[in-house]
Amino acid sequence: MSGTLAQTQQELVSEFAMFTDWQDRYEHLIELGKDLPLIAPEHKTDDNLVRGCQSRVWLNAEYRASTPLSAGTVHFTADSDAMITKGIVALLVRVFNDRTPQEIIGASTDFIDQIGLRAHLSPNRANGLSAMVDQMKRYALAYSAQSH
Amino acid sequence: MKPAAVKPAFDVEEIRAQFPILKELVHGKPLVYFDNAATSQKPRRVIKAESAYYATINANVHRGVHTLSTKATEAQEAARETIRKHINAKHAHEVIFTSGTTASLNLAASSLGHLLLKPGDEVLISGMEHHANIVPWQMVCERYGAVLKVIPITDEGELEPRRRDDATEYFNERTKVFAITHVSNTLGTINPVKELIAEARKRGIITVVDGAQAIAHLNVDVQDLGCDLYAFSGHKAYGPTGTGVLYGREELLNVMPPWQGGGEMIDVVTFEKTTYAKLPFKFEAGTPHIAGIIGLGEAIRWMEDYDKAAMAAHEHLLLEHATKELLAIDGLRIIGTAKEKVGVISFVINGVHHYDLGTLLDQQGIAVRTGHHCTQPLMERFGVSGTTRASFACFNTVEEVEVMMVATKKAVKMLR
Repeated sequence: MSGTLAQTQQELVSEFAMFTDWQDRYEHLIELGKDLPLIAPEHKTDDNLVRGCQSRVWLNAEYRASTPLSAGTVHFTADSDAMITKGIVALLVRVFNDRTPQEIIGASTDFIDQIGLRAHLSPNRANGLSAMVDQMKRYALAYSAQSH
Repeated sequence: MKPAAVKPAFDVEEIRAQFPILKELVHGKPLVYFDNAATSQKPRRVIKAESAYYATINANVHRGVHTLSTKATEAQEAARETIRKHINAKHAHEVIFTSGTTASLNLAASSLGHLLLKPGDEVLISGMEHHANIVPWQMVCERYGAVLKVIPITDEGELEPRRRDDATEYFNERTKVFAITHVSNTLGTINPVKELIAEARKRGIITVVDGAQAIAHLNVDVQDLGCDLYAFSGHKAYGPTGTGVLYGREELLNVMPPWQGGGEMIDVVTFEKTTYAKLPFKFEAGTPHIAGIIGLGEAIRWMEDYDKAAMAAHEHLLLEHATKELLAIDGLRIIGTAKEKVGVISFVINGVHHYDLGTLLDQQGIAVRTGHHCTQPLMERFGVSGTTRASFACFNTVEEVEVMMVATKKAVKMLR
């Protein structure tokens, strides 16, 4: 991984800024979904389902403890049965993956708005984006308590 | 030789001009609104009637002696009479205003449960009910120890036929209430409610019809149907949200206990005992949605001006066209292929999630509904997690169906 969490966010914003038309934007999102670190089959359980999404989203988090050389980080894997949702999870995972719990908890999510996926941020219960972010932050919070 | 020019039943462009929202752009594209089974758009006349109430006669009904209160009361009661005539109820006081079909069905279930359900009794519904016609009955069944029974659904999305050798298959001596949807919100199926009601009534069973999806598309005559109760919403019939009706046969309403207590529904209140107001006020506790009710009356008058049968014929044309075009898409399956349908078409496409399709259609200005449509047991029956549903209204056009077809094909290509 290169750069800070904020830099990765900025990267994504620039990446999406290249697209002027909805079709390219969504095609790119669908492509991103294909790079998502997939959740292991044994973790694809009901317990790992993110509540509040119309499509099914599974999210797993593992804590990689600190070593003398590096701080402890959270590693996410996920999957979804819908491709756009999978792309959105992939976006989030790219930003939040292998970051320290503190970085994840403190991160802003304004970049999603800047990418032009505002519709997915709406309070509509069909869109589970905020549910996914919440879930990731909850994991980070739990691990942050653990790491202290 | 060309056939002689026939005056069209109605002019769809002239109708469209009355719906201000149809001029809106969504993602920079003209709105194609195919989510009418969730809520229909409103003609200008309805919007005007509602705002005119606030602008000129806003006052509480049935309360004051002052002029505005009288005018507001007259306008609300005129709406009641319009609805009475429209559904051919015998009396205006058989029309109870509620906040929508859900409230109407909760009133029905709660009151009927209290009136007649005993342990071991049965309430019969069908497998294609909306959650609003399942959960209230489950709740009262649990409260009174009654049992909820369900008529199974065929692969086409019709009620499983009753066995010829056993006419009482649906009903038995324990069945006390039969609650059925007139039209399925997910499948579009029109149920043969009149025949079923006749069978139920012969056995002394109380009949309740969920008419939410019927009122904008079928001519509803409650006396002809013979039902005891009939529920519908205003907002699916070109009227305001937050309005609904429960029609009830006078003799039954008179013995049904009130549902909610409060103002308007009382006769005399003392701390020892309260006596209730007469119909319909016994069931209308609190200040009603006066503006909405006036808007609903206007919506019904508007539909009557345009002839519902002509509207239904137009919607049927859209349904046939969309069905034919959709079936040409590889891997597409229509959920709900009943012989008698309104303009509702639910479908799934192999390898395409309904959420993805709905999102990509929205990007192209098209509003459809995706998901389980508040009919989870029905989704399970068909082995799907959800569908994409297009539902038509009289203001939709064949050109819009074409736009949806192009957009759907584009989305499928992106998703496969």
